[in-house]
Amino acid sequence: MLHTFVAIVQDRPGVLTRVASLFRRLNVNIVSLTVGHSEKPGVSRMTIVSEASPTAGHRIMASLYKLENVLQVDDIGQHSSVSRELALIKVAATPKTRSHIFELVEVFRARIVDLAPESLMIEITGVESKIEGLIQVLTESEDRILEISRTGRMVMRRGQHTSRVLDAMRVSTPETDADPIPDAESDAIEEADLPQ
Amino acid sequence: MSEAKSEGTRLTGSEILWATLEGEGVREVFGYPGGAILPAYDALRKFPIRHILVRHEQGAVHMADGYARASGKVGVAIATSGPGATNMVTGMATAMMDSIPVLCITGQVSSKVLGSDAFQEIDITGITLPVTKHNYLVTRAEDIAPAIREALLIARSGRPGPVLVDITKDAQQGTATYDFAAAAPPPYRPHPMLRAETDSVLNAAELIRGAKRPIILAGHGMIQSGAREQVRALAERLQIPVASTLLGLGGFPASHPLSLGMMGMHGEAWVNHAIQQSDLLIACGMRFDDRVTGSLSTYAPNAKKIHIEIDPAEINKNVKVDVALIGDLAQVLEALLPHLAPRTGGESPWLREVNTMKGEVAVRDIQNLPDNGHLYAAHVMNDLWHATNGKAIVVTDVGQHQMWEAQYYKHEDPRTLITSGGLGTMGFALPAAIGAKVACPDKEVWVIAGDGGFQMTAAELSTIAQENLDLNIAIVNNGYLGMVRQWQEFFYDKNYESSPILSPDYVKLADAHGIPGATVRTRAEVKPAVSAARERKGPFLINFLVEKEDSVYPMIAAGSALHEMIRRPGSNPLIETAEDA
Repeated sequence: MLHTFVAIVQDRPGVLTRVASLFRRLNVNIVSLTVGHSEKPGVSRMTIVSEASPTAGHRIMASLYKLENVLQVDDIGQHSSVSRELALIKVAATPKTRSHIFELVEVFRARIVDLAPESLMIEITGVESKIEGLIQVLTESEDRILEISRTGRMVMRRGQHTSRVLDAMRVSTPETDADPIPDAESDAIEEADLPQ
Repeated sequence: MSEAKSEGTRLTGSEILWATLEGEGVREVFGYPGGAILPAYDALRKFPIRHILVRHEQGAVHMADGYARASGKVGVAIATSGPGATNMVTGMATAMMDSIPVLCITGQVSSKVLGSDAFQEIDITGITLPVTKHNYLVTRAEDIAPAIREALLIARSGRPGPVLVDITKDAQQGTATYDFAAAAPPPYRPHPMLRAETDSVLNAAELIRGAKRPIILAGHGMIQSGAREQVRALAERLQIPVASTLLGLGGFPASHPLSLGMMGMHGEAWVNHAIQQSDLLIACGMRFDDRVTGSLSTYAPNAKKIHIEIDPAEINKNVKVDVALIGDLAQVLEALLPHLAPRTGGESPWLREVNTMKGEVAVRDIQNLPDNGHLYAAHVMNDLWHATNGKAIVVTDVGQHQMWEAQYYKHEDPRTLITSGGLGTMGFALPAAIGAKVACPDKEVWVIAGDGGFQMTAAELSTIAQENLDLNIAIVNNGYLGMVRQWQEFFYDKNYESSPILSPDYVKLADAHGIPGATVRTRAEVKPAVSAARERKGPFLINFLVEKEDSVYPMIAAGSALHEMIRRPGSNPLIETAEDA
């Protein structure tokens, strides 16, 4: 199954290698890995999606914590969260064949970010299934996809789960799987993004 | 260099390196100089630190490892860049697998040429990622003191392990303000998943109270945590027998009535049977290694499992447990013990059963067997045990002799058996013993090595001679890579491919180093030779020419269940348990 971890790590040379090397050592494949700045200077945030057995989550998390540069790990699991991916898709299109792609882009709430005589570039954000949906539709409509660049999943828990709050929760109520913030409208927002 | 130590003094990076080590209490280092570490060596004479010159950098790390295992302190090894650093990798991996606190310091080419494939440049921080707990590349003089102090803290804290600090030549040559106190690292962060919650402690106590057939599995963590008294209290309070892992030997006194001996692949038969028949395993600082469990699907099928362990990543890794108490063993047991009342009534039926399986412990005391002209390695171990009253620090290599030592030398005290368990590094014993002797100059130290492993690091004989170390060397010489031969005998139709091994005349080899020695061929010669070695001040080597095709029994074939042991054929004069007699 897919496991999604958010790791808060020191922004230093070699930290990415340490994290990647750990997964390699555990013989666990990384499906996607995104890294960028976090809300704190000198601290980066990684979202790591990996394919491993359902029981592997605990060991991966415990092993991540053994890396000195890893400050905090959250196994997103079934927690209510927002998941997004950004993709750039370049499609072969001439002035004659553009218009139906424009329609598709409209339906998927994507954007055209570059227009050249023989091609155009689509920017799309959303959950993976939405991006895959667009790719599939493009493929089925016999548009020639020239390039795809995807960032991989980035995830943030819903509600007040800032890293500081998570810290506090861990100290006061260990093993707190109970979500203090009710799901509210939650996934409905995400679903609305999806074209049916 | 006491004047220069005062805070805020301007020093070179090299001086800062030694001053920091001195400030941390390091008095001995094991190393080998070379180009990229020469600035550091140039400054060494100003500091009260003893440098033991090794013959190979692998030996330097094994020495630091043996030093750490014998003393509980962090061992320090130092080498140059490139091949000096890569030669250390096996030593680091050995320390990593057995959770030994070791600090490795390597020189590195100047930061200006890093990445240019300069002479003797190697990416040692990259190479050692999987075999160190953490590592550093230091390129500025001002970063040396904080890196060294933090490295030492990481090496000895939590689950200990090796840490590497790679220091570029220009960092050693540059200058910086040295302030020991200001370089103090932040307190070590305990693993965030460490927790022995009250609920779990209560659950564990309830399991223990309800168990009819409990057994304690004592591992290396018992020694690392210093939890002897707590484990003893747990065992005695509820009359629970104690089985040890290889690295746990010495943690619980072998002569204690509740001590069973070693478990696992070459463990005692009664121990493995007891584990299989147990209804509760209390694992204390051990990691259910495959050499301990045999086939996982058949391991202790009727037992609940309590796992007390400092590393959360070990929980449910190999064996699914019912209660996990994650933390330092001594502390967890301190929390657990108040919930357990002493057992009343006489000997429990379980203990009686285990003791019956065990038979008279004396059956392993093979002193009184008639001498049939054969010299078995077991005799050597047994005589050594008697001669030293089980009190020597014994450093073993890897293979048959290692298992015989574990079976026939009864260790009473922690840190008296030093051996490479996890990685199984042949060539470990001789250098590790040097480290142990340097750490404990007043203790009697014995190297026990096979003729295969000894030849891997025999060059360190010269180190012993140069340092005139008073340690004794027993080579268990059977003309084979014995454990390989045993596996070939059992599992490869006695096809002894590449396992016969020629040895030099070890007494002559020792003599070439100015070390006296003796060759022993018969049982009658064992005791006099051991006495001669013990009485002589300074090193002594004994070449024991033992039975060539003897095997270690019992044995669990890899992947078999713990109770499916290969037993010694009946015609053999050695016996293991009452039922063999």
